[in-house]
Amino acid sequence: MIAVTLSASTQAKLWYWQRISAMVLALCVLVHLGVMIYAVRGGLSAAEILGRTRGSLVFGAFYTVFVLACTVHVPIGFARVCEEWLGLKAGGAWLLAKLLGLAILVMGLRAVYGVVA
Amino acid sequence: MKRVNDFRARSHPSWWAFLVHRISGLLLGLFLPLHFWALGLSLKGEAELDGFLRYTDAPLFKFGEWGLVVLLSLHMMGGVRLLLIEFGPWSGQRKNWIAGAVGFGVAAGLAFALALFA
Amino acid sequence: MSATLKVKVWRGKTSGGFVDYEVPRLESQTVLDVVTHIQRHLDPSLSYRFACRVGMCGSCAMTVNGVARWTCRTHVSKVAEGDALEIAPLSNLPVIKDLATDMREFFDKWAKGHGQFKGTRTRHEGFAQVRPDSRERAAANAGIECIGCGVCYASCDVVTWRPDFLGPAALNRAWTLVNDVRDTAQRERLQAVAGDVGCHACHTQGSCSERCPKQIEPTAGIAGLKRLAARAAVRGELE
Repeated sequence: MIAVTLSASTQAKLWYWQRISAMVLALCVLVHLGVMIYAVRGGLSAAEILGRTRGSLVFGAFYTVFVLACTVHVPIGFARVCEEWLGLKAGGAWLLAKLLGLAILVMGLRAVYGVVA
Repeated sequence: MKRVNDFRARSHPSWWAFLVHRISGLLLGLFLPLHFWALGLSLKGEAELDGFLRYTDAPLFKFGEWGLVVLLSLHMMGGVRLLLIEFGPWSGQRKNWIAGAVGFGVAAGLAFALALFA
Repeated sequence: MSATLKVKVWRGKTSGGFVDYEVPRLESQTVLDVVTHIQRHLDPSLSYRFACRVGMCGSCAMTVNGVARWTCRTHVSKVAEGDALEIAPLSNLPVIKDLATDMREFFDKWAKGHGQFKGTRTRHEGFAQVRPDSRERAAANAGIECIGCGVCYASCDVVTWRPDFLGPAALNRAWTLVNDVRDTAQRERLQAVAGDVGCHACHTQGSCSERCPKQIEPTAGIAGLKRLAARAAVRGELE
């Protein structure tokens, strides 16, 4: 297995992409927490949830941005944990991270479509 | 041979902040695909989503939701602290932000819990 | 205060373990006093390092009750758990024998991080003019008091998890030189301290800044290096 070491330039870019996505997520999470605290009152029901989200461009745009930011942010952190705590080499760690990122992107956009379309 | 540190070397606030940030990030990151799968049930229609939402009435589920809200709040505020450390003017380990993160997590958890039982 | 201390001292080379000693407890005793007493009166085969014994050289750094400290500057009364003390060599460094570690990798990484000044002015030119209150000089001054004791390196978990990681001291030294406007090796230096071998592996655990006996905060310098590396990468100045 050939060790894959990322260049300093790549790692610097990954660092700032994670920080940029973090700034986006900070705003998204703040809004999302507010929405959740509101939405969970009286129990969750599909009718209530979909009643808010169906046909809403605002929800659609917001959650698309949210999903994209997660797709960037989660794998970068996840890869570091794989390297440092699971002892994986860079190649294996980034493969797992990319798979997780792909899952988040595909399932996330699918979910946004599901609740908005 | 090299000796390694144990919990005694790690007994300070910045380290705990790191651990909470990493663990919360891991749990949230692994939870996301599940979250999206559940919401994706809406594609099959309202009834399908409702079928799943029935499970969310269970006390264990509600506790899980509450836990996720707390983890998300802690991860976010801990992250804002890191952004300040990395981009802001230098102001030490910003331990006030560690306290603030815990406070925000407690507040968010409380607000969510109250909403759950409203 | 009890009359004696129950001291566990790590003994060994490639393998080893803790050996118990009983040491008379005295007023204003430091941990270095305890180690010295053991070597002089109880077991002359104990190996340990010290030099100035007044908190200037950093040679006496060891792990005391799990935390890296200068033993000459650590009062027993401040760290003893009841009358118990545990003394071990610094973590993250190969143990030569007992309490003495092999500091070579620590200094090799200092060199790898381009921790040496490189300038082009000669004796035939005038002095460089550097304002002491400039932002860069203030940043450099905050880190130049480092005496290479290894406490930060021993305290860092990233050093433990990533054997290639340069560590807080090397990165702090690089930061002081990055902020030295007279230095001409900036591009090579930034290249050496970027990436997972350098600043990008730091997770801001803060143990370095927490434990530095000179109150230097490598966390600050490492954050600065991250910013510079990002800027350089965007400008295509980083490979």
